[in-house]
Amino acid sequence: MQNEPEITSQLVKDHGLTSDEYRCILDLIGRPPNFTELGIFSVMWSEHCSYKSSRPFLKKLPTEGPRVLQGPGENAGVIDIGDGLAVVFKIESHNHPSFIEPRQGAATGVGGIMRDVFTMGARPIALMDSLRFGELDDPRTRFLLNGVVDGIASYGNCTGVPTVGGEVYFDSCYNGNILVNAFCLGLAKSDRIFLAKAGGVGNRILYVGSKTGRDGIHGASLLASSEFDDTTEDKRPTVQVGDPFTEKLLIEACLEIMEFSWVVGVQDMGAAGLTSSSFEMAHRSHAGVNMDLSKVPLREVGMTPYEIMLSESQERMLFVIEPGHEEEATAILEKWGLDAAIIGEVTDELGVRIQFEGKEVVNLPTLPVVDGALDLKRETQRPEYLDKIGHLNLTELPEPARGDKAFTKLLACPNIASKEWVYEQYDHMVRLNTLVLPGSDAAVIRIKDTKKAVALSVDCNSRFCYLDPYEGAAIAVAESSRNVVCSGATPIGLTNCLNFGNPEKPEIMWQFEQAVRGMGDACLYFDIPVVSGNVSLYNETKGQAIFPTPTVAVVGLIEDQSKVMTSGFKQSGHCIGLIGFTMEELGGSEYLKVLFDRNEGKPPVLDRKHEKQVQAFCLDLIQKGLIQSAHDCSEGGLAIAVAESCFTATEEALGATLELESTLRGDALLFGETQSRIIISFPEELTDQIEDLALSYPLDFSLLGKTGGSQFTVSINGQEYIKQDIESAKQIWKTSLGRYAGQTT
Amino acid sequence: MKCGIVVFPGSNCDHDCDHILKKILNQETHWLWHKDEVDLSSFDLIVLPGGFSYGDYLRAGAISRFSPVMNSVIRFAENGGKVLGICNGFQILLESGLLPGALMQNHTRKFICKNVYVRVETTDTPFTQKCNDKPVLEIPIAHHQGSYYIDPHSLNDLEEKGQILFRYCDAKGDISESSNPNGSVGSVAGLCNEQKNVMGMMPHPERCADPLWYNTDGQRIFQSLISQS
Repeated sequence: MQNEPEITSQLVKDHGLTSDEYRCILDLIGRPPNFTELGIFSVMWSEHCSYKSSRPFLKKLPTEGPRVLQGPGENAGVIDIGDGLAVVFKIESHNHPSFIEPRQGAATGVGGIMRDVFTMGARPIALMDSLRFGELDDPRTRFLLNGVVDGIASYGNCTGVPTVGGEVYFDSCYNGNILVNAFCLGLAKSDRIFLAKAGGVGNRILYVGSKTGRDGIHGASLLASSEFDDTTEDKRPTVQVGDPFTEKLLIEACLEIMEFSWVVGVQDMGAAGLTSSSFEMAHRSHAGVNMDLSKVPLREVGMTPYEIMLSESQERMLFVIEPGHEEEATAILEKWGLDAAIIGEVTDELGVRIQFEGKEVVNLPTLPVVDGALDLKRETQRPEYLDKIGHLNLTELPEPARGDKAFTKLLACPNIASKEWVYEQYDHMVRLNTLVLPGSDAAVIRIKDTKKAVALSVDCNSRFCYLDPYEGAAIAVAESSRNVVCSGATPIGLTNCLNFGNPEKPEIMWQFEQAVRGMGDACLYFDIPVVSGNVSLYNETKGQAIFPTPTVAVVGLIEDQSKVMTSGFKQSGHCIGLIGFTMEELGGSEYLKVLFDRNEGKPPVLDRKHEKQVQAFCLDLIQKGLIQSAHDCSEGGLAIAVAESCFTATEEALGATLELESTLRGDALLFGETQSRIIISFPEELTDQIEDLALSYPLDFSLLGKTGGSQFTVSINGQEYIKQDIESAKQIWKTSLGRYAGQTT
Repeated sequence: MKCGIVVFPGSNCDHDCDHILKKILNQETHWLWHKDEVDLSSFDLIVLPGGFSYGDYLRAGAISRFSPVMNSVIRFAENGGKVLGICNGFQILLESGLLPGALMQNHTRKFICKNVYVRVETTDTPFTQKCNDKPVLEIPIAHHQGSYYIDPHSLNDLEEKGQILFRYCDAKGDISESSNPNGSVGSVAGLCNEQKNVMGMMPHPERCADPLWYNTDGQRIFQSLISQS
C-alpha cells in the first residue's frame, strides 16, 4: 500500500504490543507483518480480545449443567428452559468509553450486548445495567450519571427492548473509572441456536448493517486495554457512536433471515470489528476466509484497509450463507432498508486473505491471530492494605442510643435510595412481558405462550470484595441468587462481568484470582453454571484502581407465572418474619460508610450450607402459597429491608411495628449486613404452619412484628429504637437520587 | 372487528397491540407495512402503534407522515374510518394533520415510563363509551415527546366540542400540576377530531389490558371500539 508507515519498534509499542509479543509474531508468521497486519495483531492480542491475563484463572469456573446448551466461548450463553425454548444471555462492560463519552459509551454498550444475543438467533426481551459512579461530591459524577442513564434510555427505548432492572452504586473508588456493565437476555427456539461458524468451502460472507466509518478504531486495544491518565480525553475518537434505529432494523432483519436453513453462521462486529468477526469465524470452523475490502459499504472515501479492518462502527453483522441464496438474503435486508454486500467467501486455507483494490493486503494464518496471544502468567500478591483495614474493633465504634438518624441517613444515601429516577427513564414495559417491574428484588419476565417466567438480578457488593475478594465474590453469587429466589424462581444460570484494575500489578491479579475462585466455589456449591462473561481490566487511573467488582447476573426460572413473588408488603395486619439469623457484623457495611466514612473489617460471613437452606425454604414457602412478600436483606440491613417492603407495598406506604429481642448492639442488629436473611410477610393464621416448616429444615425463623399503621417503629428489648412517619421516610428514600441527579452546581 | 396495525420499521408496540386485540380480545388483526399504499375500506379500525417509526431523530412522527401507508390511513379517516394512534401513533396523527396541535419534549426533558392516571372527559365517543362506570383510568406512559401543545383559543375550541377525551390526573381524578407528568397544556393526554373517528393518546392502553396484570383499565378503550363494530 502507498504511504503505509514503516514498522518500527515505536510503532509496535504504539499498538500496545510488547517486544516479546512482536518477536512471537515474527516467529509465528515467519516474516514481519505489514501495517494492516500489525493492526490486526494489535487488536486481537489486546487484553480486551485475548483474555491473556485472565484466561488461566477463568478455567476454574463451573460451566456445565443439564440445562446448558452453550457455555462460554460463543457470543452469549444458552440455557434450556423447556417447551422447546432457551434463554440466551450475557453481561458485558463498556467502562472506558462511558467515562470518556458517557452518552455514546453507555448507548453502544447496550447495542453491543444486544447484538451478542440476537446473533445467536434469540429475540432480545430484557436488558439490565449495573452502573458504578464516583463519589457524589465529585462534580463529574453527576455529569456521568446523567449521561450514562440518558445513553441507555435513548438506545434501549428506541430498539423496543425493555430495560427491566439493574443496580447503581457510588463510591470514590470509581472517581476515575466508572463501570457500565450491560446485560441482555433473549429468547430462542432451543433447536435454532446460531453459532459463529463459517462452515464449508464456498459459503458466502455477507456484510449486513451500517456502513463502516472511521469511528472506534483501536477501541478494544488502546482504550480498553490500558490505564487512564492525563491524555485520556484525547482518546475520545476511539469511542463509537450508536444508532439505535439501525439496531432495531438489524434485530428484525437478522431474525427474519435466520428463519432460513441456508444461514450457516453469524457473528456481530463488536470489539475489533471486521477483524475479530472474520478471523474468529474462520478459526472456529477450521476454515479460511477470503475477503475483498473494496466491497465493504463505507461511510467515507479514502479509507485504508487498516481503517476498514479496525473500525468499530456500530450496528454491523457478518453472516455466512450457503451460495445461491445471496438474492434472497439481500431482498430481506433491502426490505428493512439495510446495507448488505457479499464481501468474500469461505476457503479451506486455515488463513485469512484480504484484497483491497486488486492487491492482497493481508495474508495471515488464523490460529496465531486468534489463539496465539501468550497466556501471561501474571504474578499475584496479597495486597498490604488488607493488613491495615482488615480488622474492625467494634468496641471503639461509638454506639448511638437511638437509630433514627442512621435510619434516615441510610434511606437518603443513593446506594440505598430508590432507583426510580433511573428506571423511569427506561421503557421497562414494552413487549408486555414485565411481570414484576423494577424496584423489587428481581425483574420477572413472562414467556409468552407458556406458563413460565424468568427472573433476573444483577449484583455485586464491591466494598465486600475490596475487604475480601474471595468472600465478596461468593456473596455476589449468593445475593443475586437469593434475589431471584425471592421472586419465586430457581436459579438456572449465571453470567459475569469481572471489573478490575491493572493486571500488571500482582496485587490486582491476586484480587482477580481470589474473586474468580470465590465465584467458582459458590457457583459449584449452589449448582449455578457460568455460561458467559466478560473481563474488564485496567480500570485504573493514575495508579488508583477501582475496588474489585466481579458483577454477576443470575437468571432464574419460574414454572408457573401465577406463583411470582414481590418484595412489598401486601396488607395491614400481616406478620413480618425473618428467615435466617443476625450476627454482630458491621464490616464493610453501608452503615459504617455512611455514618463513619469507614470501609473496614471483614465482610459478613457466608455459610453456604445455611444460604442454600434459606433459599430452599423461601422457595418452598412461595410455591406452597404461604407468604405474601419476600425481600432479601442486603445493604442497610434489617431495618432498611423492612422499610423497603413498607415503601413498595402499594401506592401508599404501609407502616410496620417491630419488637425485637437481642443481645447484639442495636446498630449491628438493625443495620448490619449479615448474609442469608430474607424478610417475609404472611397472614397471622399461617404462623404455625410456617414455623413448623422451618423446624423441619431445620432453619432459624423468627417473628419480627406486624405491618400496619402510619409509623415505622422498632423496639429492642422493650426500648424504642426507631420511630419515623412512614410516608416521610418513603419520600426521603424515593426522591433522594433524583434530587441529586437534578441538582446543578 | 377487523383491525389493521400499521408497522413502521421502528414500531415497538405493534406486537403489543396485536397481542391484546388478537389473543386477549379475540379480534381479527392484520399487519399493514409502511411501504404499502393499500385500500383499507374493509377495516373497522386502524391502529398506529407506539415506537420510533423511522428512528425519530427528527421530531417524532415528522417522517412517518410521508410514508405510503399514511396516504391510505388519511383516506380511510376522511371516509369516517376509525383510527387509534397510541404514543408515537398520536405523534404521527398530529404531524399528518388528522388531529390538531403538537407534541413537544416533556417538560422534565427526560423519557418517562410509569403508571399515571387519566380522567375520562367524555364517554360520548366511539373510543370511550365503555368508561361510563370508571371515570379514572390507571394507565402507563412511556415517551420523551409527550407534552401536548395547542394555542389557548384552539384548546377552548376542543373543550367546547368535546374533543378532549383524557386528562392526566391523580388517583382521585383531581387535576393539578403535580399530576401532569409531561407539562401538557390543559393536562391533555388524549383527544379526537371533530368527527370523533380519529383519536390519539400518549398513554398506552395496550399495556394495561392483559389480565395477567392486576390492572386492565386499558381494555375499556378497545371494548368501546369492539362494541360498535
